[in-house]
Amino acid sequence: MDHTALELIELGAVFFGLGLLGRLAGRIGLSPIPLYLLGGLCFGSGGFFPLGDIGEFTSLASEVGVVLLLLLLGLEYSAAELITGLKRSWMGGVLDIVLNAAPGVAVALILGWGPVGAMVMGGVTYISSSGIVAKVLSDLGRLGNRETPVVLSILVFEDLVMAVYLPILTALLVGVTFFGGLEAVAISLAVIAVVLVVALRYGRFVSMVVDSPDREVFLLKVLGAALLVAGLASALQVSAAVGAFLLGIAISGSTAHNATRLLEPLRDLFAAVFFVVFGLNTDPRSIPPVLGWAVVLAVATALTKLGTGWWAARRQGIGRLGRARAGAALVARGEFSIVIAGLAVSYAAVPAELSALATAYVLIMAILGPIAAKFVEPVARALQFRRPSIEPSPSAGQ
Amino acid sequence: MNVEVTPLPGIGVRKDFALRNGRRIGVVTHRDGTTDLILSKSDDPDACLAELPLTSDEASTLANLLGAPQLVAQLNEEHKDLPGIHTRQIPVRTDSPFDGRTLGDTALRTRTSVSVVAVMRAGQAHPSPTPDFTLTAGDLLVTVGTSEGLDNAVKILTHG
Repeated sequence: MDHTALELIELGAVFFGLGLLGRLAGRIGLSPIPLYLLGGLCFGSGGFFPLGDIGEFTSLASEVGVVLLLLLLGLEYSAAELITGLKRSWMGGVLDIVLNAAPGVAVALILGWGPVGAMVMGGVTYISSSGIVAKVLSDLGRLGNRETPVVLSILVFEDLVMAVYLPILTALLVGVTFFGGLEAVAISLAVIAVVLVVALRYGRFVSMVVDSPDREVFLLKVLGAALLVAGLASALQVSAAVGAFLLGIAISGSTAHNATRLLEPLRDLFAAVFFVVFGLNTDPRSIPPVLGWAVVLAVATALTKLGTGWWAARRQGIGRLGRARAGAALVARGEFSIVIAGLAVSYAAVPAELSALATAYVLIMAILGPIAAKFVEPVARALQFRRPSIEPSPSAGQ
Repeated sequence: MNVEVTPLPGIGVRKDFALRNGRRIGVVTHRDGTTDLILSKSDDPDACLAELPLTSDEASTLANLLGAPQLVAQLNEEHKDLPGIHTRQIPVRTDSPFDGRTLGDTALRTRTSVSVVAVMRAGQAHPSPTPDFTLTAGDLLVTVGTSEGLDNAVKILTHG
């Protein structure tokens, strides 16, 4: 068999396998992300079927996957929504950072991974999966609930934090000095400010540049623009993903809506490759030693997210059940934790166990998140029933 | 009525208001234009009892059902001193010969002496429609006339 034939067969087998896994995930009501990661673990080094020949394609495809994940995240929010979200939820957002990054930082320091490892693990445990959370809220019919805007504004805040965090992390990973790091932060903050202003004032011009009534032209222009901006951002050490995210914010209105519809299938394809590649690069044999820590982190950060949501919802005058729902909705971690860990692994500035711990952690949290969101209400009701005398919620009984 | 408008970043907009009994009712309008009807639970005002996705046809039909009786009641009240004058709402059905034709084509005034005072469409009243107003299936005509004239008008709108 010649080389191309082998490559096509391997690639086809990978996509087909992912399709089957996605179908399985849909059947049991799970996010497909943990199954993609497991698939990657099986195919990877030390797994059952090592794949060698399509490495070049999959590594580039996984980079494109990250760019598309962040581009679509940016497309989802308009600049105005980001600003309102920031104003409304910055206190909850700051509490979110402190509570949820702390467990990751602590575990990384205990394991002796140094400040860079701590920074990476803090990011991994901090950021909720907006994809999983949005799907869970919609599946459980909670879009009309009063606590839902609280949950969404925390997600918006987290995404903005990503835009600052990723450039800083990139700077740390390439091993710059303290002042070099400051410079990277200054550059990224300046770029974000400029993009927000441009998006607020001149968003329609950005949209005009990429917009086209022809689907094919539109697709090529949006994808081309995203990869160009991501590449330039990467060259400036601002992180490719953030460039794509900011472009997504700048594109607005109906252009953003059409772009989302057009790019969604592409994102699903390339993001799936990204998760598989991350799994491929993780040696399954390195997971059992860190499994204990992953469970510890999972329990700790599930509780801290619950606390964050509870506190933020309480500030908006939401009752006890609503607070519990808001907290549990935020528990899921997924794509962005893997994006952060993947970035760290690609620079080889962190120990190999980190990717094993991140994989195990996301496997647990992506499965635990939707379950927590679903069962928090009956559990909270049962608890409230058992202790009815303690501080009834202010709005209950209306 | 104080309608609360809450942006839902990444999803759309929620518009709702409180009923007299404290429950909230409203809609979630998604980015892609679909609408969910929402109604809060009685024991937990933060949560929703139902989140019903409505197509645009279903939403406008529901809006007509809720909006038209009020208009008819109001007109009945105004005409109660005039014996023999009635107000009635007549739907334009999907199989009506006037679906897609103008109000002038029906020649209601000439044939039955009935006046069309308003057309309800998607919950909006279009008052005093002119003869070139184009009717579509799902419209509700709010009409004023004698009982006999109104009966004839129903027949015309259904069978032509």
